[in-house]
Amino acid sequence: MAAAFDPTVLLTSAKGGHIVALGLRHVAHGDDWCELALDYDRRLVSDATSGILASGPIVSLMDTAAGFAVWIRRGRFAAQATLDLRLDYLRPSRPGAPVTGRAECYRLTRRIAFVRGVAHDGDPADPIAHLAGTYMLLEDEA
Amino acid sequence: MSEVSLLPYAEFLGIRVVGEQDGVPLLVMPFSEGLTNLQGGLHGGAVSGLLEIAAIAAIDATLDNGEQARAIFKPINVTVDFMRPGRPSDVYARAEVVRVGARIANVCASAWQDDPERLIATARMNLAISMPVEN
Repeated sequence: MAAAFDPTVLLTSAKGGHIVALGLRHVAHGDDWCELALDYDRRLVSDATSGILASGPIVSLMDTAAGFAVWIRRGRFAAQATLDLRLDYLRPSRPGAPVTGRAECYRLTRRIAFVRGVAHDGDPADPIAHLAGTYMLLEDEA
Repeated sequence: MSEVSLLPYAEFLGIRVVGEQDGVPLLVMPFSEGLTNLQGGLHGGAVSGLLEIAAIAAIDATLDNGEQARAIFKPINVTVDFMRPGRPSDVYARAEVVRVGARIANVCASAWQDDPERLIATARMNLAISMPVEN
């Protein structure tokens, strides 16, 4: 498996953009998967009273983790675009808890990458969301 | 249309209500550097966030008391389709409440940039409805 794409290098070299705005952190990665974390932030809640995170930041976490998983499996940082994403929100995350998102690129064709993933807030056996999605692979230069 | 107050996450993205059409709020997410992805376009997650907020705002607009909406409507799932890459410029979104039943609400949201006929993304969102506890 190609190891030319290192998500930790890309994350730490990012000087701005949505990933930095959300404060996404690298947790771990393998040949075809990537795990990132989103720390709890009161600016990201859906309701100031409940303090529950909005669903949108979970989408951004999972889209980013899945995009990284595709780059890892492709072995390089090349242009790609999200074609579709589906998230099932199994339960609200606990206020104050960081959210960990793990996504896997389980199938790569010449044009399309298929991804799936899970988000949890501490216990991987008790997930808060499931992801399914596809990415379009574009030209080789990003 | 009742007054729609957006969630804190909407403020984080810089989203504002800029008008209404047929009783549904029209939202804008002004371009900012914090919305971009690593390839220089708009991050798909930020566009998804805008679509979800448009869906929630459309539901809130159907209620007399939008403040209660977060306690009543819980997202079950969202499916986002991306038609065009988001360019580094403002994004607009609005949603249509397809149905509010006894237990479930179905909403469709669309996002565009310069031309409302050229959508960059759409989303379908299903939400569970739980009645607020009477005090």
